[in-house]
Amino acid sequence: MSVPPQAALRQVALRPVALRQEAMRRFRSNPAAVVSIILIAGIVVLSIAGPWFTPYGDDTLDWLHVATRPGLPQAHWFGTDRLGRDLFVRTLEGTRVSLAVGLVASAVSLLVGISYGAVAGYLGGRIDHLMMRIIEIISGLPLIFFVIFITVTFGRNIYILFLSIGAVAWLTMARIVRGQTMSIRRQEYIEAAVACGATPARIILRHVLPNLVGVVVVYATLSVPQVILFESFLSFLGLGIQEPNVSLGTLVADGAGELEAAPWILLIPGAFLALLMLCLNICGDGLRDALDVKEN
Amino acid sequence: MARLAAMARFFLTRLATAIPTLLIIVTITFFIMRAAPGGPFDQEQTLPPDIMSNLQKAYGLDRPVWQQYLRYMTSLAHGDFGPSFKYKDFTVTELIMQGFPVTLKLGSIAIALALSLGIPLGVIAAVCHNTVLDYAGMALAVLGIAIPAFVLLPALGLLFGIYLHWLPVAGWEPGSLRHMVLPTIALALPPLCFIARLTRSSMLEVLKSSYIRTAFAKGLPLRLVLLRHALRPALMPVASYLVPAIAAVMTGSLVVESIAGLPGIGRYLVQGALNRDYTLVLGMVIIYSTLLIGMGLIVDLAYAWLDPRVRNRA
Repeated sequence: MSVPPQAALRQVALRPVALRQEAMRRFRSNPAAVVSIILIAGIVVLSIAGPWFTPYGDDTLDWLHVATRPGLPQAHWFGTDRLGRDLFVRTLEGTRVSLAVGLVASAVSLLVGISYGAVAGYLGGRIDHLMMRIIEIISGLPLIFFVIFITVTFGRNIYILFLSIGAVAWLTMARIVRGQTMSIRRQEYIEAAVACGATPARIILRHVLPNLVGVVVVYATLSVPQVILFESFLSFLGLGIQEPNVSLGTLVADGAGELEAAPWILLIPGAFLALLMLCLNICGDGLRDALDVKEN
Repeated sequence: MARLAAMARFFLTRLATAIPTLLIIVTITFFIMRAAPGGPFDQEQTLPPDIMSNLQKAYGLDRPVWQQYLRYMTSLAHGDFGPSFKYKDFTVTELIMQGFPVTLKLGSIAIALALSLGIPLGVIAAVCHNTVLDYAGMALAVLGIAIPAFVLLPALGLLFGIYLHWLPVAGWEPGSLRHMVLPTIALALPPLCFIARLTRSSMLEVLKSSYIRTAFAKGLPLRLVLLRHALRPALMPVASYLVPAIAAVMTGSLVVESIAGLPGIGRYLVQGALNRDYTLVLGMVIIYSTLLIGMGLIVDLAYAWLDPRVRNRA
């Protein structure tokens, strides 16, 4: 027997679809995003497991094969650089460092940006005005300077790099979170919480922050490639990661000097960097569409 | 008339916040720079103490920092950026005047290129929504955003300079356009792609609105609908992206100038900070921040001119 139309309708209505499941479904139906997330996973696995399958360490100097083309016979799959270091190992190491910087610095900026934005947006009024003014002034600084100052003043080590990039990247996050918070604050459930006598701190933690998750996830994903780009930019200028450590930026800088004689020293790390940026960007865009986050 | 008066008021209120912002930026830079360890006269070999103290005295570095600050601000008010600490016999003004035209030329051509190609590409993609053209264009745009300038420029040099011998890989001759081509492309591509994406999404939004449907309904051809009704509202997000775009081009020109060996002011930024060339760094910060804040002001003014809600809010 066929189900009467009204009953069918009721059945559909009775099966609620959680927002998260709906977002997952939308994300999965975006082929570019799915492919890029698989590629990212592949790059991560390769960058961790790849070095196990080659006889060379990241600082092994193979004097017999200096600036050799990529090729199978010597097991230098990506070739070697001017000092005979294996480019496969170094590229993967650089990828690992760049990813780590991207993740950690994004996490720092997330933490600072969310707390700053949520407080400014919730309190509003004069405090909000002042806090936004501070952000405006910091964004007026050519940001590259800010980071140069910090790295030059406190010495160039990787933790300072994390901190200084994070310190710059929080600005956008704070602005976005503030905007969202201001619109959440006008909702009735906030009014209800105020009426129940909840303190501002409790309201921000219990009612505002959980509703920010969508925006935060999207912009965190989009900020990782930006941070990676910024880190490689600094490392390229010689201000970021220092020898003997490598990142994709320092590898590209090395390669740019050997362009004519050994273009693969530039092209292979460059391709890794571009691929990583591409996949992370597509992934972030896919998440934004899936979670239906508005730009403003 | 009312519009002009409102515009003037708007301009003055914006200017009243822009100038203090600039002052605060200069002040912060001044003091962070002084807080950094080391000084402009530190070298491999330490100088004899007498010479050192004479040098310090000659540049006024022997006085308390706040006096140095007041002195610097006074001379700045007279339009004097002071002498460079590292490039002896040059004032900061001279150094900037030498390099700035190159940087300005590079940057403005890049911005012009990004706008003049990015906007039409975005419009075409929006009009051909969900066709192969749209998908291909947007895939290329994502790719263009993803490839950093310092990877793109050497790769372009490799292709067009070393393999094809069409253009010089690097170097500079006054007045030579051939040397500018690759750096400009590398600099323009990321903002170009971003503008194309921005234009496409806002154009799609505009094309859905009812006044566009009306325009089509009264029989206007597509070209006129786009030019007369759709383009202006669709370009609003592009206008507000202009300031970040200029910031991106300025930052990008730091690496592009050094890779391509162009004699712009980009190299002074990093070099100056590493050398503790206080006056040069401050001069650069002032130039860059003034450019950014000034452009922000111009964009705001354009907004106020187009949108009465903006100019009456202030």
